[in-house]
Amino acid sequence: MTQIEPQNQLTLDLSRKHKIEGSQATARQTAELLRSVISQQRVPYTNQAGALIDAVKAIGEQLIAANPVELAVGNIVRRVLHIIREEDLSLTTAAIGGLNLSAVSDDENDDDRDGDSTLSAAAVAAAARSTLRPPSLQTLLEDTPVSAAVPQTSSSGGDSEGKSKSADKSSRSRKLKHDVIEAVNELIQDIVTCHEQIAEQAVEHIHQNEVILTLGSSRTVLEFLFAAKEKKRSFRVFVAEGAPRYQGHLLAKELVARGLQTTLITDSAVFAMISRVNMVIVGAHAVMANGGVIAPVGMNLVALAAQKHAVPFVVLAGSHKLCPLYPHNPEVLLNELRSPSELLDFGEFSDCMDFGSGSGSPLLHVVNPAFDYVPPKLVSLFITDAGGHNPSYMYRLIADYYSADDLVVQRRATAGN
Amino acid sequence: MGAQKKRAAAAAAAARVSEDPDDLARQPLQAILLADSFTTKFRPITLERPKVLLPLVNVPMINYTLAWLEAAGVAEVFVFCCAHSKQVIDYLENSEWFSQPNFTVKTIESHNIISAGDALRLIYEQNVIHGDFVLISGDTVSNMSLTQALQEHKERKKKDNNAVMTMIIKKSKPSPITRQSRLGTDELFMAIDPNTKQLLYYEDKADHSKGTICLDKMLLAENPSISLHNDKQDCYIDICSPEVLSLFTDNFDYQHLRRHFVKGLLLDDIMGYKIFTHEIHSSYAARIDNYRSYDIVSKDIIQRWTYPYVPDVKFCGNRATKLERRGMYRALEIEQSRSAQVGSFTVIGYGTKIGSNSKISDSVIGEGCTIGSNVLIEGSYIWDNVIIEDGCELRHVIVCDGVIMKAGAVLKPGVVLSFKVVIGERFVVPAYSKVSLLQQPTVHDSDEELEYADNSSGTVEFSCTADQSNGEMTSESSEAHKPKLGTGGVGYIWSICEGGQEEEWRHSVAPIPEDKLTELSEAMDDDQELVTQDRTALSTSGELISDSNASEGDDNEDSKDDSVYFEKEVEATFLRAVEENVKVDHVILEVNSLRLSYNMTSADCAGAVFYSMMKLAIKTPHSSAIGLLTLYPSPFSMVASNAYPIYLSGELQQNTANIITTWQKLLKSYLLEIDEEIEIILKFEEMCLESAKEFSPLFARILHILYDKDILQEDAILRWADEKEGADESDKVFVRQSEKFIQWLREASEEED
Repeated sequence: MTQIEPQNQLTLDLSRKHKIEGSQATARQTAELLRSVISQQRVPYTNQAGALIDAVKAIGEQLIAANPVELAVGNIVRRVLHIIREEDLSLTTAAIGGLNLSAVSDDENDDDRDGDSTLSAAAVAAAARSTLRPPSLQTLLEDTPVSAAVPQTSSSGGDSEGKSKSADKSSRSRKLKHDVIEAVNELIQDIVTCHEQIAEQAVEHIHQNEVILTLGSSRTVLEFLFAAKEKKRSFRVFVAEGAPRYQGHLLAKELVARGLQTTLITDSAVFAMISRVNMVIVGAHAVMANGGVIAPVGMNLVALAAQKHAVPFVVLAGSHKLCPLYPHNPEVLLNELRSPSELLDFGEFSDCMDFGSGSGSPLLHVVNPAFDYVPPKLVSLFITDAGGHNPSYMYRLIADYYSADDLVVQRRATAGN
Repeated sequence: MGAQKKRAAAAAAAARVSEDPDDLARQPLQAILLADSFTTKFRPITLERPKVLLPLVNVPMINYTLAWLEAAGVAEVFVFCCAHSKQVIDYLENSEWFSQPNFTVKTIESHNIISAGDALRLIYEQNVIHGDFVLISGDTVSNMSLTQALQEHKERKKKDNNAVMTMIIKKSKPSPITRQSRLGTDELFMAIDPNTKQLLYYEDKADHSKGTICLDKMLLAENPSISLHNDKQDCYIDICSPEVLSLFTDNFDYQHLRRHFVKGLLLDDIMGYKIFTHEIHSSYAARIDNYRSYDIVSKDIIQRWTYPYVPDVKFCGNRATKLERRGMYRALEIEQSRSAQVGSFTVIGYGTKIGSNSKISDSVIGEGCTIGSNVLIEGSYIWDNVIIEDGCELRHVIVCDGVIMKAGAVLKPGVVLSFKVVIGERFVVPAYSKVSLLQQPTVHDSDEELEYADNSSGTVEFSCTADQSNGEMTSESSEAHKPKLGTGGVGYIWSICEGGQEEEWRHSVAPIPEDKLTELSEAMDDDQELVTQDRTALSTSGELISDSNASEGDDNEDSKDDSVYFEKEVEATFLRAVEENVKVDHVILEVNSLRLSYNMTSADCAGAVFYSMMKLAIKTPHSSAIGLLTLYPSPFSMVASNAYPIYLSGELQQNTANIITTWQKLLKSYLLEIDEEIEIILKFEEMCLESAKEFSPLFARILHILYDKDILQEDAILRWADEKEGADESDKVFVRQSEKFIQWLREASEEED
């Protein structure tokens, strides 16, 4: 029961919006919390993975319920569940493989030596189970940029270690936990470094004297543009201010501080300016399994304008923003309606908000949604920390990161606490 | 791991604080939360449950306040519990607020406290407040950031040690028709120095009938610029220096935070303490002071002005609720019939069942309610576990926990049903009535005690668990008092006492009815006409109108209309003087003291004294006068057309003359200027029209008597006549009646010239 306290704290922090801002911070904190949960979980001799999965699920459920709008929480919970499953499978496989199928297992492992740990595990699992599971995207596209792959050795090392060891129960249990924690650490590392990973690809996309348009402010976009600037590319940036929060103003300030030629425009001027733009680069709140994007409000407008003028619409998203769910599910496609005070001054309009007369309900309603949904057909390219992808390939990428069993973490009946 | 987390959190908190100046980091911010409003505005509900635990959009009010305090960076909150303190403490102990890192909630309990002033004195004695603190009551909803206001407060404090308090204000326009803010509180006038933001004047009980407010001339002399606002709303969030507590202790008669403390500091020049204001623009803050503000703040929450304290964000362990299209909030496990229509801006709580063809709009439904079919719910607040049977109609009402409404019952707008009331089949509860299982407390004490009567010691503390049988038992004991609530109904309809029916619509949950608005706006137009005519005329008419209210049995205090009470007091004093043959000088003294205590002008006194004299004249036997009048019926037109003086005075006239002769000295002492004399004429005119019609035929003659006795100068009469020149025909009746007399006066004055 020792994990209750931090977990409750994070639940509270998640639900009270002022505590944690941004997907990245949320994702990191979720992963760190789950790591601590795993490390404190007592593992029985039999079905250790099951115990871990149950523990993570139970807490994940609460975390997701605490702030259902922040999809990154659910993503990380599912990623961790996937890690547990795959590590368990790879251990089992290794144990069995050590006895019978060592050759096969070895081959697979050699193929994946420089791949992602979870991916290697996935491959091992696939081989061991000989299921009909599609081969990983990484193995299909053999020429994946090396930069996208996370340098890691520990997990592979662990694998070989596992093979060498006998199937001793107690050591295996410790080993599973150890492997899982190692893998979660890598996940955390991924989340922390996702900006740099994405920014590394900047020069491949931004060319000399181009005009880039972006909307609002995104840390990923900022780093991306800086990276291009640092590589001595000279280009101009149009920043749409991103009403009503006007984060574009902040972005413009930061860009200018780094010496980038910046033009600030209103959101409504996007269509007028788009013909002069070579590429639209924006951040996202979440990327859905179909390649649709949940992004700050106004993004659909920008995407439509870009499509009209055949300007590439590029979305930057860290892998923690990849959501294995499809947006047709109304449970998933949540918007966040923020305070109307961002739009107008309460004092000036207080006479419009007088419920004391007439029918008792005001004639003025102010709606301030935080997000837009951009359908996949409007997106030209996704750049994640694993490289650039077409919207139609997102589901494959997601299949690498998540296992199908975990898609439904929440059990409806107990979702409320 | 937990410890590590905690350390990380502490480090984060430290990092947050370190952005502020050093002294901020040294002193964790404290807050005093008054979990008692010390008023009776929410009766009968507050007899059974403290106000701070009443659900506001399905979350007890105190949670909004605590969640905000926590978010605003307050480290320690002292919750002062008084009425139903046990319930408050039990609630807090079972809530998550006691187990927060970096946020401690402590309760202070007391049973014999009857005002906010007493509460602060007690807290001062406990010596727990060490630095600046936030003073807030447990019924405040806000999402503002305190950082800036706090910083301003500290900086001011550094420069000027007398800047003891920063008041949070917010712009909000009052309704020009009803003269009240959107929250149902009285129009508030504030004078603020636009440069320093110092509060110079605060008046929330302005007399609207006068149409004027009085500012001290010194205010203008001492301050280079003043901005006077009537569109500011007092949020009742104050940042106070520790001196505030000691001020309360020094001035043991301070009870009310605003009426006594703020006004006291503003008036007191000796100590030179200053109050400043901080206006918030984009964020929200409001205090729930009455049923109307309960309604308005609920709607603001549903409209998300209080974001992130909205139903679909779990800010205090409230149940998961989803926001759907058109502002519809639905918790889980709702059973809703396919044909039920749930309209926009509605909140439906966990586990509620809604039957077929029911229509719900602009309402909040609590948890575990059962709503039958063909029910109509509009703009209402229905708390937990309420059973509403088929075909009921509820419009703009509050229905507390456990109420049962039998089939076909109807609640008219403004009804409040307290806990566990049962409304019988097809019973129609009249508008603005309040129904409770508990009987209305009958004791009506003096002003002050009623104002602060909601403490636990003053009235019997009814436990929330007053069960059905208990309620029925009491109902048997006083069957006579109990108006039936239909077949099978349980509960008492309270007779309306707070301010009378007249004022009930101001503070109820129901929107102000159309006819009331048109009536008011017409009255306002009339007022404006009068203002253009004559300023004094307005005040007279105001007094008389309210007087007629009073005679309808409005014997309750509502400090709004002091003039009525003043007049009554003067009359009583005068009558006593007549009976006991008190010396005129003594009467003058007494009336003067009354004048001071009610803050009246000498014109008011003159009016009141004259009024009482005339009343006395009527009361002394004048049967013959009536006889005379009936014998010689003399319609106005006839009297008016006849020459002056025609009829011999009746007995009434004689009486009047006698009384005037006897008491002329008293009257004269208030007739310092010509304005007061005109006031008397106008008053007399009003009386003749409304309260003492007996005088109307005698108007001209009594005017003559007054002139003869040197009470009225000819100037006054002539000016009165001149002013009336432009008035309506109906207003001119008396001018016509005294035409000859006026003409005579005119000629006389010309001769003199």
